[in-house]
Amino acid sequence: MNLLSTLSLLAEAGSLFFTPSNSVFAPEVDNLFDLIYWISAFFFVLIVAVMVYFVVMYRRRPGHSVQPSPSHNNVLEITWSVLPSFLLVLIFVMGFTGYMNIRTPPDDAYEIHVYAKKWSWLFQYPNGAESSDLHIPVGRPVRFILESEDVIHNMFVPAFRTKMDCVPGRYNEIWVLADHSTGTGIKDEDHEPTWLFCAEYCGRDHSNMKAKVFVHETGDFDAWVAKAANLYEGRTMAEVGELLYKRKGCISCHSIDGTRKSGPSFKGGFGTAHKMADGSEVVMDENYIRESIRDPRAKVVAGYEPVMPVFPSSRLSDKDITAISEFIKSLK
Amino acid sequence: MSVGATPDRFQAADVDGAHHREDNYLLASSGLGSWLVTLDHKRIGVMYLIGIMASFFLGGIFALVLRAELFTGQKLFLSEDAYNQMFTLHGAVMTFLFIIPSIPAALGNFMLPIMLGQKDVAFPRMNLASFYLWIIGAVFFLCAIVFGGLDTGWTFYTPYSITTSTRVILALLGVFVLGFSSIFTGLNFVVTINTMRPHGMSWFKMPLFLWALYATSIIQLLATPVLGITGLLLIAERALRIGIFDPELGGDPVLFQHFFWFYSHPAVYIMILPAMGIVSELVAVFSRKHIFGYRFIAYSSIAIALLGFLVWGHHMFVSGQSQLAAVVFSGLTFSVSIPSAIKVFNWLSTMYKGSISLATPMCYALSFIFLFTIGGLTGLFLGALSTDIQLHDTYFVVAHFHYVMMGGTLVAFVGGLYYWWPKMFGVMYNENAGRLFCLIVFLGFNLTFFPQFIMGSRGMPRRYARYVEEFQIYHQLSTMGAFLLGIGMVGAIAVLIYSLYRGKKAPANPWGAATLEWMCSSPPSLHNFEEPPAVGDPYNYDNLRYDEREGGYVVVPGAAKKTSSH
Ligand code: HEM
Ligand SMILES: [Cu+2]
Repeated sequence: MNLLSTLSLLAEAGSLFFTPSNSVFAPEVDNLFDLIYWISAFFFVLIVAVMVYFVVMYRRRPGHSVQPSPSHNNVLEITWSVLPSFLLVLIFVMGFTGYMNIRTPPDDAYEIHVYAKKWSWLFQYPNGAESSDLHIPVGRPVRFILESEDVIHNMFVPAFRTKMDCVPGRYNEIWVLADHSTGTGIKDEDHEPTWLFCAEYCGRDHSNMKAKVFVHETGDFDAWVAKAANLYEGRTMAEVGELLYKRKGCISCHSIDGTRKSGPSFKGGFGTAHKMADGSEVVMDENYIRESIRDPRAKVVAGYEPVMPVFPSSRLSDKDITAISEFIKSLK
Repeated sequence: MSVGATPDRFQAADVDGAHHREDNYLLASSGLGSWLVTLDHKRIGVMYLIGIMASFFLGGIFALVLRAELFTGQKLFLSEDAYNQMFTLHGAVMTFLFIIPSIPAALGNFMLPIMLGQKDVAFPRMNLASFYLWIIGAVFFLCAIVFGGLDTGWTFYTPYSITTSTRVILALLGVFVLGFSSIFTGLNFVVTINTMRPHGMSWFKMPLFLWALYATSIIQLLATPVLGITGLLLIAERALRIGIFDPELGGDPVLFQHFFWFYSHPAVYIMILPAMGIVSELVAVFSRKHIFGYRFIAYSSIAIALLGFLVWGHHMFVSGQSQLAAVVFSGLTFSVSIPSAIKVFNWLSTMYKGSISLATPMCYALSFIFLFTIGGLTGLFLGALSTDIQLHDTYFVVAHFHYVMMGGTLVAFVGGLYYWWPKMFGVMYNENAGRLFCLIVFLGFNLTFFPQFIMGSRGMPRRYARYVEEFQIYHQLSTMGAFLLGIGMVGAIAVLIYSLYRGKKAPANPWGAATLEWMCSSPPSLHNFEEPPAVGDPYNYDNLRYDEREGGYVVVPGAAKKTSSH
């Protein structure tokens, strides 16, 4: 992007200091920013003007000499200490009220769980849908419940004028009410999304830990979230299985390339016999996979600790397990 | 004979009191060995100066590498890992090795005893120990860099700092040792100022630079131990997994942030207060005006030092701390701006009706006022809660603290260095070259950091190796500015170094200043003064007159004891 096109873009956008906003509390933040900006500009220009004027007027030159003037004046000094305090109190109070708006979600807000981890975002919607970009409805308060799985991250959406740390071991929350959509339709291509950044340094890919924010028209959002909850539409069983393998965390213990992790690798495992801790041999088939998910301790492969958690049907339906089996089957 | 060890301070150097040029402290004894074991505060100051300037250039090279990498937003020559290490080292070196010790340890060490008309600080051996602790701390840092680097950011936030495989423990040991160095310097200064002010120098006859150093020393004494303990706890957490900061063990990562900022916000004032002290000296001397509002400036230093302890929570507005805490910290934060503003108004009033000389040090002082005003005013955006939420951890913060720390502290430091250079080394530098590079630093600085305010408020997060295209133009301006700034800084230092070889011999008092350090020869003799200098008002210039033959200012005969009446 070159300088000229940037300048013309800025002229259109109206302000050098703001990015377009998309939340009901943004105008209040921007107004306070503007107010502080003008107060600062006033004092800055005043100070620099006086300084330059003095330097020019009283510069050392032949024939010019110091003129007497008092070296203190309590009235003056107390005045210029006290008067600015009123402005500071004003700024403080406005900052405080704006903050309370940003931090106080309405009771009826739609809830989205945010899981931050190195180095990606996972958004989870009330109907069970999940996505790695953020989708929200326009005109409806949304509350985010923030969690982190490893180190501190921070969810920062410049257009919303809000950010909050995701701290491991505790829940933080923020909320937003977006005032316009980023496009119509449920396909990503129909939108001009804005950015969501991680704003708390979190290691190697900190600067790549970003997501897109889609704000949907109300009807569109319902359609999008329903479709997102239905993983099976438009995907083969094996593809769904792969998605589940990643999202549900199987990936952290079972490799698909033969590497040994805390559980056996899935590679080439289907249809072959495995030696169990109790000495028996079991062929890995659909039934064995299903049993291992629902009751992992029943048969433990020799050489591994019995550390796998139980996945009840609320976390993985029978259909999901079928998809996972198909996925494992596809790993020759 | 060991310097500073004899209690009778003004013992004549020679039998007949005759004073040779060779008595100057630089030539008093020779050989590297005589420097390494010296107890002379001036030589220790010079060694500190060399050490911190080396650190500054190291940190500066890291900075230019970072800025170069950020020119396009895509990978140029640093991987993400390398970038993260680079910004960590830049920040850590600049903060711990350079800016915190810069003014107190180098210029303060050199000037403080002389400004008191004394021949050394109260504890010369402790002073030398403090220098060697600094060296040891620096070596730990270098070891951390060489053996695996550091990638936590200079803030060492947990739990990242517990999990990363880089050399956190080495770096923390470095910080711990540097902390002791800082405490030693602070303790030495407090005792020296309390017990060694000469006859006639009451608290309110003390130069403002000494007030500033005094306030700084109090912070160093009270805050630094917290940093040391926090560092040890973090080492313990990493090595022994005791469960204070690590959420996996039931610890609280936010607790670490409280501990850390409880030191590190006051540390910000360790950086800026001495700088304000220097500017107070410069503005008065180069305007030939009595400093305006002496008492307000002195009190405001103490006020800043004390209030500085109450605002650390403003670094944590979005950490999930309670809303009440956020409000209280925001309110307290604003209270610090009043004493800072007072100083700016006082400096301006000092210039009123003066005779303002645009000598190089004064150019730096004016540059300081300009840049520090921007730094301070942008603090208002960060102190207000709702705007801070948008700006926290963006480039706006980066710009803000560079305006304060670099535009403020560093610029004042260089100004002070130019001011005292003739005294320290007995030579004058080329004024025009000095002013030229001051201007280049000023322009380069603004080009580097002003665009960062804009990109920050538009949402560019800090500590990013890669960024999205819309921020590119600001990054490019900033990178170009950084290289200009680099040229300016190298030039500014080169002018000084060149003067060591080619500079004219400096008179005792080239600027017409009235503080005591200008009453001894340039450079000072080993013991600074032959006899205790007469103490007067440090800002009364009435009895000084320019002397052609000397090339500097001399006291009008018979007027030496006169103090200003106001
Ligand atoms: C007096 C000299 C000052 C210095 C040397 C200074 C330095 C700094 C530094 C180094 C940081 C960044 C810390 C980090 O996140 O790495 C910072 C942040 C901050 N400063 Fe200052 N500052 C000064 C004055 C002020 C003033 C006058 C105010 C307010 C009126 C202020 C308000 C803040 C706030 C609120 C933050 C936190 C911003 C954030 O992280 O969102 N500072 N300052
Ligand atoms: Cu991050």
